[in-house]
Amino acid sequence: MKKNLVIIGNGMAPGRMLEHLFDADPDAYDVTIFNAEPRVNYNRLMLSPVLSGEKTYEDIITHDDAWYQEHGVTLHKNARVSQIDRTAKRVTSENGITLSYDTLVIATGSNPFVIPLPGHDFEGVLVYRDFDDVEQMLDAAKAGGRAVVIGGGLLGLEAAAGLRKQGMEVSVLHLMPTLMERQLDQAAGYLLEKAITDRNIDVITKANTHKILGENGKVTGVQLDDGSIIDATIVVMAVGIRPNTQLASDSGIACNRGIVVDDQMQTSDMDIYALGECVEHDGQCYGLVAPLYDMGKVLAQNLLGASKEYKGSVTATKLKVTGIDLYSAGDFAEGDDREEIVLRDAQAGVYKRIVLKDNKVIGAVLYGDTADGPWFFDLLKKGTDVSAMRDTLVFGQMFQGGAPLDPTAAVAALPDDAEICGCNGICKSQIVNTITDKGLSTLDEVRAHTKASASCGTCTGLVKQLLSLATGEEISTTTIQPICACSDLSNGDVRRLIKAKGLKTIPSVMQELEWKTSCGCPKCRPALNYYLVCDWPDEYADDYQSRYINERVHANIQKDGTYSVVPRMWGGMTSSNELRAIADVVDKFDIPAVKVTGGQRIDMLGIKKDDLPAVWADLGQAGFVSGQAYAKGLRTVKTCVGSDWCRFGTQDSTGLGIKLEKFMWGSWTPAKLKLAVSGCPRNCAEATCKDIGVICLSGGYEIHFAGAAGLDIKGTQVLGMVQTEEDVMEHVVALAQMYREQGHYLERIYKWADRIGLDEIRSQIMDQADKRKTYYDNFVFSQKFAQVDPWSERVSGKDKHEFNPLATLDLREAAE
Amino acid sequence: MSALLQREHVEEWVSIGSINEIPLRGARCIKNGDMTIALFRTAENKIYAIEDKCPHKNGPLSQGIVHDGCVTCPLHNWVISLESGLTQGADKGQTLAFPTKLIGNEILISLSAKNG
Repeated sequence: MKKNLVIIGNGMAPGRMLEHLFDADPDAYDVTIFNAEPRVNYNRLMLSPVLSGEKTYEDIITHDDAWYQEHGVTLHKNARVSQIDRTAKRVTSENGITLSYDTLVIATGSNPFVIPLPGHDFEGVLVYRDFDDVEQMLDAAKAGGRAVVIGGGLLGLEAAAGLRKQGMEVSVLHLMPTLMERQLDQAAGYLLEKAITDRNIDVITKANTHKILGENGKVTGVQLDDGSIIDATIVVMAVGIRPNTQLASDSGIACNRGIVVDDQMQTSDMDIYALGECVEHDGQCYGLVAPLYDMGKVLAQNLLGASKEYKGSVTATKLKVTGIDLYSAGDFAEGDDREEIVLRDAQAGVYKRIVLKDNKVIGAVLYGDTADGPWFFDLLKKGTDVSAMRDTLVFGQMFQGGAPLDPTAAVAALPDDAEICGCNGICKSQIVNTITDKGLSTLDEVRAHTKASASCGTCTGLVKQLLSLATGEEISTTTIQPICACSDLSNGDVRRLIKAKGLKTIPSVMQELEWKTSCGCPKCRPALNYYLVCDWPDEYADDYQSRYINERVHANIQKDGTYSVVPRMWGGMTSSNELRAIADVVDKFDIPAVKVTGGQRIDMLGIKKDDLPAVWADLGQAGFVSGQAYAKGLRTVKTCVGSDWCRFGTQDSTGLGIKLEKFMWGSWTPAKLKLAVSGCPRNCAEATCKDIGVICLSGGYEIHFAGAAGLDIKGTQVLGMVQTEEDVMEHVVALAQMYREQGHYLERIYKWADRIGLDEIRSQIMDQADKRKTYYDNFVFSQKFAQVDPWSERVSGKDKHEFNPLATLDLREAAE
Repeated sequence: MSALLQREHVEEWVSIGSINEIPLRGARCIKNGDMTIALFRTAENKIYAIEDKCPHKNGPLSQGIVHDGCVTCPLHNWVISLESGLTQGADKGQTLAFPTKLIGNEILISLSAKNG
């Protein structure tokens, strides 16, 4: 009979341990996991990108439910273990599950430390540890206001940057004179503080929090020792973690700061092991991922009867805030027996400091250019004598033994056991061997087979270089995201080359740009089709089979394969005739659901595909055209009633909205494009969260853009003020065309604006009349070919095959 | 047992139309009682027939984008092999696949599934 392995905790350490265990022997144990969190195993390292909105929860799942099923693991979610009965070898959870174990692994992780300040229990005082905390922060961020982050270490700064990205005002309070003082020296701390302040985050160092202020049990601010008060809607404590030893010590297992384990990861009870942030090994507790993975590897082998030893870990740190490159490893305190080598480049914002002792690297701090971090870390771990290269050491690996021009020469020179992926403890030879043995050729494959670069992703460049080294293929080493797996070119490159080489068909793009597949894939084909439609409006023949079904049949597919249809209601205005026609259509075709949309029009849902042309014919007779509610193109122009009716209205917002919609309908854009015009700053048309919005004022029109109210919520940015309706048309149309010409397929306007820069866009549209005019003219030219109502075309017989079966048989050969 | 028996006794080819009626890299449907079968024409002019039902959530595969001998379901982007009806990549499932042949431009289908 198989032995029972029970694991308390479902974090990254036991997750990795299980992977090693199943790799070596999938059938050794019946495994049961008790997880206090109500979810599967996710990559805690990546919580910061989730907080900043760069990733979603789904993106960071390590093991989904299917994984547990596949490996026969029983996972109890929401089940916090409350008792270990070591005599009976049994555990019991708070929700009443009792289970016997042969071997028990404790992986209870750590708890965030909460300073017991007065007011620390007010609502709105949060910690930053798990996904629940992130959700609470995201919820709080929606309400806006100021967040105070107590603690300027790794977690605190990542929390601050994330909350700032979510639109909150943020203050970081740090007790010490410089940020991240445990990982950085003063000079790097200063550069970091500057980079954080540049992101409009206030940093207050030497700040001792006196108490947390609140009203009715809710936090309102913090008071510092010097008496000053900072208002806050949330306070995030990120001052450190403490190993979670409660359960172990209650059960009589030896604990100091953490649960004491020996080199085999065994606790004082020989049937009980422990690993992760909850343990103390050789007097050390760890809070970074690499040591936890090292422990997992050792423990997995010991559970299978080996006698491996964990010998502690040297750690390196990287800050995961987009745009800040920072790396530190080892010991970098000053001392009489130490030498240091420092390189600064103020212009480039680079600072490097290498600390030597007895001609060996013992510490490194890199800021601004961290490419050589892993190389220094390797020298440090190996204790390599660096006296021969001392003069050029600080310039990095490329400068050793001449300056190689081949970018892969640097990785080629790395020894086989050099660690490439610090998160997963993967060394160079493991990656190279896997690439050769399995014939891997893409980064994704390398990630799938080795896990290298699959956790925090900062070693992606190195892994790509290794791939190129091992396969002999040229692989771009920048972080460019290719358009899809069919090509190594980015969307931007593809767009540029289409113009530069005058490519006017999908096959010619694929041929000239050396596509790796014969006819593309569902990712690149719709993108290429859009780029060609946009760049050659008069010459390019739309490729019907490269459009998603919604754009092919001009309706929105629903979960049951029926369609929904939304006719245009210009500016959201309608009439009794239009409403009567819709009512008639609904009755005639027995349409099961009718709904008013958020874009001020009417959606008819549940229409059978075969009925679509007839539905359109009837709607067309009443004067309706397609609302293009399915298109990566102009959707709605939402308006308020403006000066026509409203006692506050300053301008004819409805009329202007209709003008815009009639001018711009039918145009294809990289992603959907929604507009709104509000008649006064009360903004009833909600123009300030649209792709493009106009706010009418008594003295003119304020044009906004780059808002979002979907996956992301973002207020718009102001493009500028103009005086007349004609000016509005010219500027809005020029902006839309600039986006059409530069956007990547499926990239919403706010993401494009982030990439291009608001100042650049303002300068081209507001200040450079000739540029604006060119964009405007390009749009007008393109509209000549785009403004054809797709519904009436299909009523007249276009794409007839789409709506009729090829044959109807009645043979009914049963297939099973 | 019944599946085996049927497979043995049915080797009947039914004519359903001309290849020119299906757009290149596109699909058309045929109805057979309650079942809808999707006929695909690939870029290389090969014809395949699979049930118009994704094994994931029954999405109409005939509405998907055709590429590399596969179709991508319009609902959630599962990729199905036109030849075998098997899902590709990490997703697991299979839809019925039917034998087809071309005589000149005429498409013939056998209604006993390859993988029934």
